[in-house]
Amino acid sequence: MAFFFQNVVNALQWGSFYALIALGYSMVYGVLMLFNFAHGDIFMTGAYIGFFVATLFVGLSASGILVLPNWLILILTILLSMFLTSFVGMAVERIAYRPLRNAPRASAAITGLMVGIILETGNLALLGARRQKFPELIVSQTYDIGGVSVTNTKIMIVLVSIGLMVALHQFVRRTKWGMAMRAMAYDFVVVPLMGVSINLIAALTFGLGSALASAAGILFGIAYPVLDPYMGILFGWKAFVAAILGGRGSILGAALAGFLLGFIEIFVATIFPSTLRDLIAYSIILVILTFRPHGFFGEPYSAQLRL
Amino acid sequence: MLLSIENLRVSYDRIKALHGIDFEVEEGEIVCIIGANGAGKSTTLRAISRLVPVEAGSKMTFAGKNLLEYSPDKVVSELGISHVPEGRRLFGNLTVLENLRLAAFARKDYRAVEEDIERVFTIFPRLKERTYQKAETLSGGEQQMLAIGRALVSAKRLMLLDEPSMGLAPLVMMSVFDVLKEINQRGTTILIVEQNARLALKFATRGYVLESGNLVLQGKSSDLLANEDVKKAYLGG
Repeated sequence: MAFFFQNVVNALQWGSFYALIALGYSMVYGVLMLFNFAHGDIFMTGAYIGFFVATLFVGLSASGILVLPNWLILILTILLSMFLTSFVGMAVERIAYRPLRNAPRASAAITGLMVGIILETGNLALLGARRQKFPELIVSQTYDIGGVSVTNTKIMIVLVSIGLMVALHQFVRRTKWGMAMRAMAYDFVVVPLMGVSINLIAALTFGLGSALASAAGILFGIAYPVLDPYMGILFGWKAFVAAILGGRGSILGAALAGFLLGFIEIFVATIFPSTLRDLIAYSIILVILTFRPHGFFGEPYSAQLRL
Repeated sequence: MLLSIENLRVSYDRIKALHGIDFEVEEGEIVCIIGANGAGKSTTLRAISRLVPVEAGSKMTFAGKNLLEYSPDKVVSELGISHVPEGRRLFGNLTVLENLRLAAFARKDYRAVEEDIERVFTIFPRLKERTYQKAETLSGGEQQMLAIGRALVSAKRLMLLDEPSMGLAPLVMMSVFDVLKEINQRGTTILIVEQNARLALKFATRGYVLESGNLVLQGKSSDLLANEDVKKAYLGG
């Protein structure tokens, strides 16, 4: 039994990363009918931005210029990195996707892949092939709860992730910007007739998604402190699967599917050799999608894109 | 002149929809454009709202401003032109109240927005009963009411109406047009396009007849109603 709960704890942490990244895919897909295939690399960029911000604060603290406790550095790093990474997302929307808004969807998908490669290789060119080590902001403590070992990092990661998801949900439910995002997901073309700028909402959607990806990157860096320029590729694809599994534009769906993906991967790995993990895990998801092609909360309508 | 259109040309994928039409709307008027399906009526309204690109040489002026310099959202929020689109196009996943609030997205006069929403509920008490219901659950008549209410909250100078009678039962239709008349009397200029020519001409003071992308006739509504060609083509003999 302890073995089971041990894996539940691990799956919750692993799923948190997927869920946070999947939200960005899902929102952009829901609001703009666009797969942002650069999103995995925005996650990577966000992790690196987090690395620089954290290193800066740690350095300032160590040199005595601005002495801050580690927990405050963590909070500041997450908030500041989310803020900065949102501009990366908005820049990608402005430069790569906006000119293609009325182009065939395939063009936008290809552009996304290219933006991803530019982010990866740009990082490589700027920082070199050396992997970066994320600074240790939390002194890891392990608690033993009935035979299940839980670290304070794991608790923090899961709580911060869920907190961000709840905050996003409230934003989309309660604010006028969230309302405009939901309206765009339903009927893209008549939104301007409400006096709403499509460009503003598109930028906002990319900004929010990228901010969440950045948070995922930092939390990932805390759990697995080694960063490399290609860390976003496989992770991004898997989170994309979670977004599809959750259903178009569904925040709840993307969050639940992200956690489900974490559970499936972790539990498959406890039963089968780890080399078979992804093969079996994603076969299971393929079967689920065969029966629910629109995902858990997706609806079989597509947004109205034409007059 | 509130709205003046000169040589308006629009094409979709090389198919010409409007061949250079000219017309005008004065402040306070109700003007209708009648014509058959595919004549270019909706295209005309979409061009004014800047939802479709126009060809070079087209001129559109609203209250002395060049419409072509405005993006679609600014046409609503800065110039004050609202648009009730064909098929109503409500946001079915939003509640009635959310649809109305979204229409006020760019407005900063928050108190006046609340008053406008109250006014919509006074004009259409049925909508008030359905405040927190999703728009997709409304009946056809209620949907048209909400579409008009939404336009009323978004802007007040000029209202563009695209086939508001479509799919409505006669009684509901009459009450909708009564409300539109009242909206006009409160100072909103109205430009309406309709396939139901008799209804539109009885409602409007002036009218234009659009045929395959050209304006072929214009005049006072009473004259058009009496015109033999109009009678034959649009009023069922």
